[in-house]
Amino acid sequence: MDKGLSLRNVVISKDGASLVSVHHDIAPGDVLTIMGPSGVGKSTLLAFITGTLAPAFDAQGTVCIDGQDITHAPPHRRRVGILFQDDLLFPHLSVGANLAFGLRPGGAQSTRLEKINNALDEIGLSGFADRDPATLSGGQKARVALMRMLLSEPCGLLLDEPFSRLDAALRAQVRDMVFERARARLLPVLMVTHDAEDAQAAGGQIITLA
Amino acid sequence: MNSRRLPPALPVLTLLAMLGPVVAGLWGTLLPAFGHLPAAGLTGPSLDPFVELFDWAGLPRAAMLSVTTGLGATAVSLLIVTLITAGWSGTRAFRLLERMLSPLLSVPHAAAAFGLAFLIAPSGWLARLVSPDLTGWERPLDLLIVQDTWGLTMTAGLIAKEVPFLLLITLAALGQTDASRSLAIAQALGYGRLTGWLKTVFPRVYAQIRPPIYVVLAYSMSVVDVAVILGPNTPPTLSVQIVKLMSDPDLAMRLEGAAGALLQLSLVIGALVVWRLGEVAIGALGRRWIAAGHRGRLDPVIRQTALGLGMISALTIFLGIAVLAIWSFAGYWGFPDAFPDQLTFRNWLRHGPGTLEALGETALIAVTVSLVALILTIGCLEAEYRYGLPVTQRGIWLLYLPLLVPQTAFLPGLQTLMLQVGANEGRLPVMLAHLVFVLPYVFLSLADPFRAWDVRMGTVAAALRASPNGVLWRVRLPMLLGPILTALAVGMAVSVGQYLATLLIGGGRVETLTTEAVALSSGGDRRAIGVYGLMQTGAALVPFTLALLIPALVWRNRRGLWRG
Amino acid sequence: MKHLALTAALMAPLPALADVDPADWDAVQAAAQGQTVYWNAWGGSTTTNDFIAWVGERVAAEFGVTLEHVKLTDTADAVTRVLSEKQAGENDDGAIDMIWINGANFAAMKEADLLFGPYAEQLPNWALVDVESKTVQTDFTVPVEGYESPWAMAQVVFDYDTDRMKEPLGSMAELLEWTAANPGRFTYPQPPDFLGTTFLKQVLVDVLPDASVLSAPATDETYDEVAQVLWAYLDELTPNLWRQGKAYPATGTAMFPLIADGELDLSISFSPGAASTAIANNELPPSVRTFVLDKGTIGNASFVAIPYNSGSKEGAMVVANFLLSPEAQARAQDPEILGYGTVLNMDALAPEDRAVFDALDLGVATLSPAELGTVQPEPHPSWMTRIADDWVTRYGVAQ
Repeated sequence: MDKGLSLRNVVISKDGASLVSVHHDIAPGDVLTIMGPSGVGKSTLLAFITGTLAPAFDAQGTVCIDGQDITHAPPHRRRVGILFQDDLLFPHLSVGANLAFGLRPGGAQSTRLEKINNALDEIGLSGFADRDPATLSGGQKARVALMRMLLSEPCGLLLDEPFSRLDAALRAQVRDMVFERARARLLPVLMVTHDAEDAQAAGGQIITLA
Repeated sequence: MNSRRLPPALPVLTLLAMLGPVVAGLWGTLLPAFGHLPAAGLTGPSLDPFVELFDWAGLPRAAMLSVTTGLGATAVSLLIVTLITAGWSGTRAFRLLERMLSPLLSVPHAAAAFGLAFLIAPSGWLARLVSPDLTGWERPLDLLIVQDTWGLTMTAGLIAKEVPFLLLITLAALGQTDASRSLAIAQALGYGRLTGWLKTVFPRVYAQIRPPIYVVLAYSMSVVDVAVILGPNTPPTLSVQIVKLMSDPDLAMRLEGAAGALLQLSLVIGALVVWRLGEVAIGALGRRWIAAGHRGRLDPVIRQTALGLGMISALTIFLGIAVLAIWSFAGYWGFPDAFPDQLTFRNWLRHGPGTLEALGETALIAVTVSLVALILTIGCLEAEYRYGLPVTQRGIWLLYLPLLVPQTAFLPGLQTLMLQVGANEGRLPVMLAHLVFVLPYVFLSLADPFRAWDVRMGTVAAALRASPNGVLWRVRLPMLLGPILTALAVGMAVSVGQYLATLLIGGGRVETLTTEAVALSSGGDRRAIGVYGLMQTGAALVPFTLALLIPALVWRNRRGLWRG
Repeated sequence: MKHLALTAALMAPLPALADVDPADWDAVQAAAQGQTVYWNAWGGSTTTNDFIAWVGERVAAEFGVTLEHVKLTDTADAVTRVLSEKQAGENDDGAIDMIWINGANFAAMKEADLLFGPYAEQLPNWALVDVESKTVQTDFTVPVEGYESPWAMAQVVFDYDTDRMKEPLGSMAELLEWTAANPGRFTYPQPPDFLGTTFLKQVLVDVLPDASVLSAPATDETYDEVAQVLWAYLDELTPNLWRQGKAYPATGTAMFPLIADGELDLSISFSPGAASTAIANNELPPSVRTFVLDKGTIGNASFVAIPYNSGSKEGAMVVANFLLSPEAQARAQDPEILGYGTVLNMDALAPEDRAVFDALDLGVATLSPAELGTVQPEPHPSWMTRIADDWVTRYGVAQ
């Protein structure tokens, strides 16, 4: 079976008008960037892949991840991670509990704790497990959000304007980190953005929607 | 797709719980009104009940009272709320009013009415405070203030309670209109703050708050407990007369009562139509006014007046509760003494045990009903989210429907119907009747925060392999802890305040603080009324306090969830 | 056999009578054990409510009967309820087990066969009841015949504040003169409140040259004649009433705070001891006293009746009997507690029970039995129904 994320003849339309149509395979470790101004339906494509497309839209085509058809799978069985422009850390959970939310269930309590501490070490936030996410800086939050997603061991990664809220200095740093981790884990990445710089930095193929 | 499917039973059940009793009750009213009550050996159709109803000499005045007090209370409260919001939203004085909203809202109508009566009667606290030094009154004036023939005091009592409600609704609507920017533009064009707001923001706000305004109108026209306490008695309002007829030993009176209930329903419908026409007329005048371009020279005066009226209406309730508290501890308290000769625990020792028993019943009903309403509401909102159902204006009207049908039109019918099918009155039917009134308020209270929740949180959680139920229980509900507790508190306050539903459907066997307090009104024992009124207020207020305290405590280390 | 059973069922008297024999008191007490009695009684007076709560404690401790006070604003509510239950076919376990009742409500229920009985004269404590000088065997001229059991005597008295009103009044005619001189200082509860209608009756009993016409049912002729006298009196009185008669207090107790505040100098009461009790509870100033009219005032008894469909008739009878016990009667007469008149015959009591009554301090404002004077009988209920209806049309819907 083919590894990676495949979009086969995907056409999303609303009220009969086609918004997005994509036919593309993203190999493990590769990035596909979809560019275009806001409002053309970039995020709709991501919603189709995560299984959260609003009923008002019509979608055709199939989505496969590592060769498995997930077009009709419920969202939580799709093994596709997603990052938004906001960190979307759960405000009611500590930093550690946010990471634990991503961690696959099972394993001894101590093993899980160790994994979380290792993950925090990896993103330079050692000892932050009990912190309130609201007290973190923007860059710190972005790192926790990325790590939370990676801990869930996804088979593919979706990025929805992921860096647009970060200021210029942080932006490059977080961007590099995200692409680096994705490459290291051989994740196929689909990014939608309206920012040319982000698209360039991704280094993969770019599809521009009008 | 299976896991996305929440039992669709919940929305259906919710509709049934809200509308079922109303429809059944109206049916139970309709038949006897036309002379058909087989249980009494009477078969219709006949118009005799209406003939008898119209034979009652007090009918024209009772019907007129129902209309004037209802329209008056609604129009004045709306006017006060509109002018205050127009003149003051965003200011510090406004934030002060906002902070007083929850306690003001939670004070039950009956307690507020008693408080008002104890304040403004000729022998009330206000007269005592200034007598005899300022007034020279050694004895109270023989003035008909409480229970006045025109129902003005009753209207005032309703206004004091409806202003906070309409203000809350208006605030919610303001959040969904781009009010501050519109106002800024209007002011930049040289409009006064108040005129600018009225011309640019009000039309949008009004479109949103129209359903609750209709509810206030229907409620004010058919209220029973406030009318019993503050309203006239020679004759009483139509609703009070209906309740009297319904409890007459002569069964034929019940038919007349049913006819009265139908008349009440048609009066409410008629008043709603009149109101709607008024909207159109004022809308037309308003457009001309806007086009005329007046900038609002009188704004400062109107602004101050509106704030004054709002403050008076809030103060009335707070002072009313204060005077209830004083009476509950009063020893002998003659006129014109500003305070009792001595304070004593005697009244509390006498009535305390009775109130505790009633408090238990009240709390049991309020907690159960609010929890059921909360579960149904969450079920509906979650189903709406999972199935991506659209929120339509029609759906919102459906929510308000049970509140638009006057209580006195369907509760007596429901009682008759229950008797006919042999259902026993008691706690369970009372709970079901309360649910009719509690559900819409819980739903309205929770719907906005629930829908405002960032659905991307759900997408992220699902991407982290959380099932739909996992997302609900582990992410959405904990994040909404504050609004959920507030909705529960709203539901409990509504349940605590229910008078007619408890009285009629409970068949007198279910004694809550409200039924006990209103029953005391005929006896006139102010000390007992003070004790019961205070307990009733507490029963409604404590849940609101907890709804503020618990999230603050649970989320003290989670700044992202701090409100305001 | 089938036919026989059916015939038997059809011919059986009211099911109420089939299941219990009041004369077999041991059986009654045994059956009462564990029963819950819902006593529907007017709940507007906190002192009465307290007394009923005390009765509940006592019958629970002594007879294992649980007493629940269903507080009514109007006794007619209870009558309606039993009536509706009968219509609905609820014949065995209705919501009401006992009603505080008298007058028109009793007449209506007795007439409609809604009452269990006769039982009252079979109660063991009936032997102590004063059947000679207390009107306990007729209720508003309607023969009681054991369908209700008395528990308190009431008589009209006028409460007045001696600080503001020096001399008591001797007649209703004097009341008219006094109100003309002191407008706004007197009122009466709004009919059909029972005390309000009693005031109307008291007017008639005192003003009519011959009040005996009232003991027969009202006919169209007698009614017109009598009513004219009443309306003439009220037309003169009303403008001088408190609030010019545009509003009335709901009940008798609602007039206490009005006297305390100085709004009223004079009011009417149906309980000779109530004023003393209210003084003890800080509800009336200590300067209040009571008086009766020269020709005497109307008196009647309060009863308890048991609906035919009560599921706890034995328990209700046990409560009714307890209410007639010297212990309960003495407590009810204590002005600190309730201040109701007893229905017992002092001569029939054991010496130690009598001593309890003798030791009672009836209170500063309570008249002695001798001072209470002649008790005028209640008119036939037919008078009141018509008068109350017409009163509502004439004065109850402000012009």
